[in-house]
Amino acid sequence: MKFAIKAVAASLLLASAGGAFAQKGETVKIAWLDPLSGLMAAVGTNQLKSFQFVSEEFNKKNAAGVKFEIIGIDNKLSPQETTSALRSAMDQGARYVVQGNGSGPALAIIDALEKHNARNPGKEVLFLNYAAVDPDLTNSKCSYWHFRLDADTSMKMEAITTFIKDVPEVKKVYLINQNYSHGQQVSKFAKEMMQRKRPDVQFVGDDLHPLAQVRDFSPYIAKIKQSGADTVITGNWGSDLALLIKAANDAGLNNVNFYTYYGGVTGSPTAMGSAAAGRVYQVSYNHMNLGGDIGKMVVDYKKKFNDDFYTGAVYHAFSILSEGFVKAKSTDPVKVAAAMEGMKFKSFNGEVEMRKTDHQLQQGLFISKWEKAGGKFPIDQENTGYTFVPVKYYEPYVASTPTSCQMKRP
Amino acid sequence: MNPEFFVISLLNGVSYGLLLFMLSSGLTLIFSMMGVLNFAHTSFYMLGAYFAYTISGVVGFWPALVLAPLIVFALGAAFERYCLRRVHKFGHVPELLVTFGLSYLILEVVQLVWGRSTVPYGLPEQLQGPLFSLYGTQFPKSRSFVMLVALLMLASVWLLLTRTRIGLVIQAALKYPEMVESLGHNVPRVFMLVFGGGAALAGLAGVIGGNTYITEPAMAASVGSIIFVVVVVGGMGSLAGAFLASLLIGLIQTFAVALDYSLISLLGLVGLAVTDQTFGYPVLKLTISQVAPILPYLFLVLILIFRPKGLLGTRED
Repeated sequence: MKFAIKAVAASLLLASAGGAFAQKGETVKIAWLDPLSGLMAAVGTNQLKSFQFVSEEFNKKNAAGVKFEIIGIDNKLSPQETTSALRSAMDQGARYVVQGNGSGPALAIIDALEKHNARNPGKEVLFLNYAAVDPDLTNSKCSYWHFRLDADTSMKMEAITTFIKDVPEVKKVYLINQNYSHGQQVSKFAKEMMQRKRPDVQFVGDDLHPLAQVRDFSPYIAKIKQSGADTVITGNWGSDLALLIKAANDAGLNNVNFYTYYGGVTGSPTAMGSAAAGRVYQVSYNHMNLGGDIGKMVVDYKKKFNDDFYTGAVYHAFSILSEGFVKAKSTDPVKVAAAMEGMKFKSFNGEVEMRKTDHQLQQGLFISKWEKAGGKFPIDQENTGYTFVPVKYYEPYVASTPTSCQMKRP
Repeated sequence: MNPEFFVISLLNGVSYGLLLFMLSSGLTLIFSMMGVLNFAHTSFYMLGAYFAYTISGVVGFWPALVLAPLIVFALGAAFERYCLRRVHKFGHVPELLVTFGLSYLILEVVQLVWGRSTVPYGLPEQLQGPLFSLYGTQFPKSRSFVMLVALLMLASVWLLLTRTRIGLVIQAALKYPEMVESLGHNVPRVFMLVFGGGAALAGLAGVIGGNTYITEPAMAASVGSIIFVVVVVGGMGSLAGAFLASLLIGLIQTFAVALDYSLISLLGLVGLAVTDQTFGYPVLKLTISQVAPILPYLFLVLILIFRPKGLLGTRED
């Protein structure tokens, strides 16, 4: 009994001492749930290394004075595995999870957290989504515990179509996408938004092909050629983009420009090489040559891993968390969530805002073009000598899209 | 469909089909000889590509074209000699499982050695660029090279099997292994050579498929299922059948992509209007081009139902 009283007194003392120093010196465990095996293993591995690398950088110096620790768990890109990975992460004491590859696993995390956080007050867990871009996640399926740091499909398409509005040469557009939610949405938003901004643009093709099954894209290239398209818009990533561009290069499809979502992601730069120079565009919240804090990280990352640090949202994640900790004077997810809502902070792409209504980060977007690296843009991608050079920057309001989210707050 | 599109698609289909043939010929050889369905076959394809990538970095592509398949041959033969042969006496299922395990092993080793991302295995200068231009569409040299190598391979395997002494022994061992053995031939060694040879053919396909398409750890899995389709459709163990089936599947896939017809357009022809309220709309609106990549599997099921021995197969069992 005596011991118990002492223990209680001691812990009270400690707790109040902690209050005085706020969050300083605390260790924040972040669970990373993404694929380390299978189809997306290369992308996942790169991103886990990015998280570990950037956390080390932030551990040297961050506004909140906390230490970040990354727990990487392979979710095999499957929603089911994600749920058990989440369970194991929470068992290891993680109160923050990050995930990005695939909206299916993202939704699984949101569902699981809605239940977990309602049933376990005091043990809430927050979800920072750094790359799953399904607009539903911040619309019909929005959740208080979910914060998206990437720009969703509709925002990126808003930027692409705004760009194309001022390119009168674009007359015939061909859509080719992977046949699952992401690809279908790219196709849907492309048609909707183009109709609004450039009703004269004609859609001469709208192909959906199975995800990561097609080896030989030359039939599709023949079809694109046949359609007379001058522009291709595609949300493809990974080998589906690499092989598509490679087939286009091989067939000498020189007069067609490609607008991509993921031209800079593992694999594609190597496939594009010099042959695709000047013909491939990418819409993204970043590029390799941003300079500043993140610019140094890109260089150091390359030195350390001989790989590209292309997932800039990782930087967003640590920025918003440390700013959130400072504002909340705590690392308690409930307080931090409240602090992050509506928060504005400076990141590498200008001032960004975590919109309160739906937890979608409002941020500036770049349209960049695959060109020879050099001059003001010296850092190349995958040692190809080429890089995505920004041709246009859009302020957050340009790419902003409305939300139908009816946020339920605890 | 106008003639230029038809010709280009025909070329694309044939060249893809020929690559499939290079991949499946080894598999069908091994199967007909040893009755082993080698699940690790496409892993040898992947190994061929990775070896060629490393070797061509040192001595160039052309030596790699010879060296990489030789290394794969040695690996295949060693696997047969020290692993498969021991498992053989336990029957077919353990054999199947051991090759299945090997495919995982190779995948992990490849990822450990070369990493998980794509390696920059490029075409040599002589194969870059177009060979000729048809109606403004270029036909790349690399694909022509695939076609050439595949045809050479078909011819030499054919000659080897039908015109040489070792080929005759192989053919005899295929049907009457005990008889061949009692005639004094070393049948286990023949098996070892066939397994190594089959693996080498896959390796060769990898050397030229790796830089024509892409060299990454997922490359084995991505062609894994389709070559089984080729082998089954062509007829288990029939080289000519595999050739026919590869071309057929290459052409079907290529041409199906071009056809934007769905069941809706078919119903439209007979005067039925379909809207998104109609029952089964999500199925009806699927176009042939959307289902193109699954057509080979449909083909597989149909063949198994109506002609289980395959197009040119001889076995009834």
